[in-house]
Amino acid sequence: MKSDESNKEIRQLTEEKYKYGFTTDVATDIIGPGLSEEVVRLISSKKGEPEWLLDFRLKAYRHWLTMTCPTWAHLTIPPIDFQAISYYADPRRKAAGPHSLDDIDPAVMKTFDKLGIPLEERLALSGGMAVDAVMDSVSVKTTFKETLKEKGIIFCSISEAVREYPDLVRQYLGSVVSYRDNFYAALNSAVFSDGSFVYIPKGVRCPMELSTYFRINAAGTGQFERTLIVADDDAYVSYLEGCTAPMRDENQLHAAIVEIVVLDRAEVKYSTVQNWYPGDAEGRGGVYNFVTKRGHCRGVNSKISWTQVETGSAITWKYPSCVLSGDNSVGEFYSVAVTNHHQQADTGTKMIHLGRNTRSTIISKGISAGRSSNAYRGLVRVGEKADGARNYSQCDSLLLGDQCGAHTFPYMDIHNETAVVEHEATTSKISEDQLFYCNQRGIPTEDAIGLIVNGYAKEVLNKLPMEFAVEAQKLLSVSLEGSVG
Amino acid sequence: MLKIENLHASIAGKEILKGINLTVGEGEVHAIMGPNGSGKSTLSNVLVGHPAYTVTEGTVTFRGKDLLGMTPEDRSHEGLFLSFQYPVEIPGVSMTTFMRTAVNAQRTYRGLPPLEAADFLKLMREKRALVGLDSKLANRSVNEGFSGGEKKRNEIYQMAMLEPLLSILDETDSGLDIDALRIVAEGVNKLHTPQNSVIVITHYQRLLNYIRPDVVHVLYAGRIVKTGGPELAQELEERGYDWLKG
Repeated sequence: MKSDESNKEIRQLTEEKYKYGFTTDVATDIIGPGLSEEVVRLISSKKGEPEWLLDFRLKAYRHWLTMTCPTWAHLTIPPIDFQAISYYADPRRKAAGPHSLDDIDPAVMKTFDKLGIPLEERLALSGGMAVDAVMDSVSVKTTFKETLKEKGIIFCSISEAVREYPDLVRQYLGSVVSYRDNFYAALNSAVFSDGSFVYIPKGVRCPMELSTYFRINAAGTGQFERTLIVADDDAYVSYLEGCTAPMRDENQLHAAIVEIVVLDRAEVKYSTVQNWYPGDAEGRGGVYNFVTKRGHCRGVNSKISWTQVETGSAITWKYPSCVLSGDNSVGEFYSVAVTNHHQQADTGTKMIHLGRNTRSTIISKGISAGRSSNAYRGLVRVGEKADGARNYSQCDSLLLGDQCGAHTFPYMDIHNETAVVEHEATTSKISEDQLFYCNQRGIPTEDAIGLIVNGYAKEVLNKLPMEFAVEAQKLLSVSLEGSVG
Repeated sequence: MLKIENLHASIAGKEILKGINLTVGEGEVHAIMGPNGSGKSTLSNVLVGHPAYTVTEGTVTFRGKDLLGMTPEDRSHEGLFLSFQYPVEIPGVSMTTFMRTAVNAQRTYRGLPPLEAADFLKLMREKRALVGLDSKLANRSVNEGFSGGEKKRNEIYQMAMLEPLLSILDETDSGLDIDALRIVAEGVNKLHTPQNSVIVITHYQRLLNYIRPDVVHVLYAGRIVKTGGPELAQELEERGYDWLKG
């Protein structure tokens, strides 16, 4: 049941502005567009990297040249001109050495203030959260580094880690996601700029949430961040990732790699609120978010838990996965993916059971509105030696309106007959009757959608750390305002 | 309280209401009876502003204000409540969250600050006791997995929470057994004061044994064809609707 009046109202609401869409005017050191061996060498030399890392990059670059863009996803990706993208942009002051807060351009500081990310430790949220702030290709500031160091925890930008802890980085970099893994992983390995490095030593529970905030600012650039998290035996850390970008008419490429290594009895909880610029209501602009995230439970009784709230990006191609090698290790994936207007998402996870008695849980909640397309794609693989492996998957889709699409592609590849694998899937719609019921009780339509969507996604939102959960709830409502027709 | 004049309304181009005139005074209980398809549910839906219906002619004023110009939520904030014939389920949204959002939306409209969590929970407990709603239901998702009787009781509970000035009960008796009917009716009676009014829409007379109307109207083919006192309901029960067709 529809009326022109309510459709009009809905269209108006759909024009809701992306509130992080501003740009920062700051002197930026940019390498001009184009990709070649020379550019890879230039990035490496600008960062003052050791020979082994340049080798790693060059191998990746040469391998990338032999590859083509993947086309298997349920996505329509316009051709990307990789020679038209700039691969390095540094918004710091030119005179940057090891810099203190005073060295950071005030405009950059202000940007993060405006985004609600305090870079001064005294302004940190109660309870404490250490932040690594990355703008374009470089980390501008990492807070609470010293406090954490007292416990032996390393939390810094990956560039700094390469300088300060080369052995650790060399041992683990590329050990979970090889540069040969896929097209975008190869590209990232060749040109990756900044990102965070985390090392939690044996037996240490990280006393505060660690977080990295990624911001694309410069026009015509791509962001290729690289994050590496290592939790040694009996260690624990909860890590959060947030991201935003300005509103621009052209598309921007973001191709990241996140690698997590978890040793005996250690646990890593990785939460993402992805809010890259999604493009406008007509589908102009927006970030292409092509990301490879994978964790490796190497140790016995280890655990990796991915929680993601995906509301941004024009196109999302992302499958945070767990390789469960250690006996009794546990992998979890909790996801809410929202698409509106012309956004496209093909996202899900892979759970690779290799060790005995490994367990995995997948809860995926897709929400599609407007003319968007939202696909869940997941693989559960149980290897020959994975006796007693268990998986439970639940994939729900919620449709708002009748011009969007939701798809589910669950793959199972089971090589051990003791495995127990369960899969459930549902598709539902927000009905006009539900909205009217709320209206009659005095709840306006946009609040009603927020209420219904948050109710639907509750199971996943409950997995997020407190401050993040509140933010994510608001974001879900805003992303979908007025999207029911 | 409510004044309807020459109201015409249609759905999908088909005219259902063909000139309704009705006035409900403060504190009054009106019953609107009629056979299936006479326009009873259309009337209640039009009054609360359901978007599927189009008003083609006529006016409705509620406490002196033009009701038809208001959004459905503002009609609610002004004090209009509909107990739905078929209450919908909203999975994942707890009754507490739902009612808190509704109550605070109403308070904001009336220039009042939102209720503190503790005050709100106290209010919920009081009203729950008033209408005899199981506390387990109040902790569940809105209407999810409720039986027919529980859904209707939940409607009356929401009515208690929102304290409307005019409540429309649309076929509240349908699908209820006699015990459930009595409990729901008792709830309605407890909430009735000399200040607020009720419109009971029903096909059968039996609900009116529990909720005593001051005035009874017969709706037939989109028009009110007869108005009388409580005795009219009894007469309809005995003679049916056919004698009014002429």
